[in-house]
Amino acid sequence: MDANFAALFYLIASVCFIMALKGLSHPETSRRGNFFGMIGMAIAVLTTLLVLPNVGLNLLTIFAGVLIGGSIGTVIALRVQMTALPQLVAAFHSLVGLAAVFVAVAAFYNPSAYGIGSPGAIKLNSLIEMSVGVAIGAITFTGSVIAFLKLQGIMSGRPIVFAMQHWLNLGLGILTVLLVIWLCRAESGVAFWLIILVTLALGVLIIIPIGGADMPVVISMLNSYSGWAAAGIGFTLENNLLIIAGSLVGSSGAILSYIMCKGMNRSFVSVILGGFGGETAAAAADLGDKTYQLGSAEDAAFMMRNAEKVIIIPGYGFAVAQAQHALREMADLLKNEGVEVIYAIHPVAGRMPGHMNVLLAEASVPYDEVFEMDEVNRDFAAADVAFVIGANDVTNPSAKTDKTSPIYGMPVLNVDEAQNVFFIKRTMGSGYAGIDNPLFYMDKTRMLLSDAKKMCEDIVKSLGN
Amino acid sequence: MASEPLSRQAGDLAEQAQSLSEGLSGLAQEIAQSSAQVVEHAGLSPIVIGLTVLVLAVFVGYHVVWRVTPALHSPLMGVTNAISSVIIVGGLIAAGSGGGGVSDVMGFLAVTLASINIFGGFLVTHRMLSMFKKKKR
Repeated sequence: MDANFAALFYLIASVCFIMALKGLSHPETSRRGNFFGMIGMAIAVLTTLLVLPNVGLNLLTIFAGVLIGGSIGTVIALRVQMTALPQLVAAFHSLVGLAAVFVAVAAFYNPSAYGIGSPGAIKLNSLIEMSVGVAIGAITFTGSVIAFLKLQGIMSGRPIVFAMQHWLNLGLGILTVLLVIWLCRAESGVAFWLIILVTLALGVLIIIPIGGADMPVVISMLNSYSGWAAAGIGFTLENNLLIIAGSLVGSSGAILSYIMCKGMNRSFVSVILGGFGGETAAAAADLGDKTYQLGSAEDAAFMMRNAEKVIIIPGYGFAVAQAQHALREMADLLKNEGVEVIYAIHPVAGRMPGHMNVLLAEASVPYDEVFEMDEVNRDFAAADVAFVIGANDVTNPSAKTDKTSPIYGMPVLNVDEAQNVFFIKRTMGSGYAGIDNPLFYMDKTRMLLSDAKKMCEDIVKSLGN
Repeated sequence: MASEPLSRQAGDLAEQAQSLSEGLSGLAQEIAQSSAQVVEHAGLSPIVIGLTVLVLAVFVGYHVVWRVTPALHSPLMGVTNAISSVIIVGGLIAAGSGGGGVSDVMGFLAVTLASINIFGGFLVTHRMLSMFKKKKR
């Protein structure tokens, strides 16, 4: 196939990718959008295969790779539980990063295949682009692996901080730049592998100081990086499709990071520097002798059955307890009694953007009963019951009033304005950010200290009586 | 006999013609090369073209992604993940060019990893999206 034809087909593939993102503007068009994405990818792969000169038997290797990878991907995608989505996405990001590293290595040792020179005489701009691609790829790879380990619970979610941490990172960053200069002047294989090693280490060091509650930002950020890695490789290969697709993904991840940071009233820099959530001991100390009132499943069932309007606020604990189906059953019983039930979602509830929406959708909660914070925050004053399940910091009223609070200024759900509050929590410990929540001690609040799923099942039982 | 010198003359002539044609083809190659160089010098550097594409694509991405409804942010991550696996193109070129050694192995690995992501990413997104349903009235 002629290179010009190939470029045109790549253009069609790029448009398909844009359509895939555009489809997500509404649930009704989203499935069609996803198919556009698949078609775009198929066009991209087939075009590349057709444009390759003398593929010959290598086609078998390629098919083997696609077959092996495709089967693994299919099995994982069909088996994974929706509560494990954040770690799955992190794992997938790491694969993109690693693939980018492999492609850059291939280009370094076989530059003529990509038309960027011959071994030992690679074009200068290609060397620079290659280093950028391989560096971002390596950071994405190890960074995502660490994020995966934290989300999967293999590694503690607590931030790992040590003295001179940021200086070390800065030093490694400068070292990388120096190595790139060395690579460009001497085209040395040693320099190339050192760049990979240093950036692999950098990826680990960037993510370990970031705490579990900041994971939505981290995942979005790594999402963005994986796109930029693809775009960087696109420059090396002088391939517009890779640049376009990479930029789309890169800007998408950047926007999500921005939305998540805004949802926490944190600057991107402060999240990246990390260490948040490490001061648990200090902040939790003033729990003191404040008293809270315990409630029971029967109380909750009675109160909600007689309510006109109930707002449910899910959080990360809800995902951990896998309480989505039990909660939906409870809501259905209430709706049968004529109670209006809606859901309020904070932007950073859960461990990835949109985490709660997917879990509720999985339990067949219609998406038009689920509202974003800005849409629903005025409704709390008119709600008879606010039912908080596994959320904490996103309901904390001290973010609105207490200037000394670490989360002051963070937008929160106005749970404190509801007539009555039920708060499901496993224990009376403080939230992930280690901040006490005054909501626990209000007269209108009843604490339901139990596992979220078990509590919902108990309430369902009481409602049945 | 006059036929012998004649045939020799013809042979010489043929030889001359051949060398001439060789010279001509060499000249043609030279012209093609130099014209290619001229085109390369007159055209834009690939970096500039790449940057143009990058900036425009970032703008498109910016405007399209802000319109994505927050409820679908998880599927957005799933689908962008699959899309960034378009890096498979780089792996295909490496694996398909038969450069031998490191490059072949790297190409194969890149194709395999990217395939995990393409199939896994699109499928898990499809699974998520098929769960979003409207209220039955």
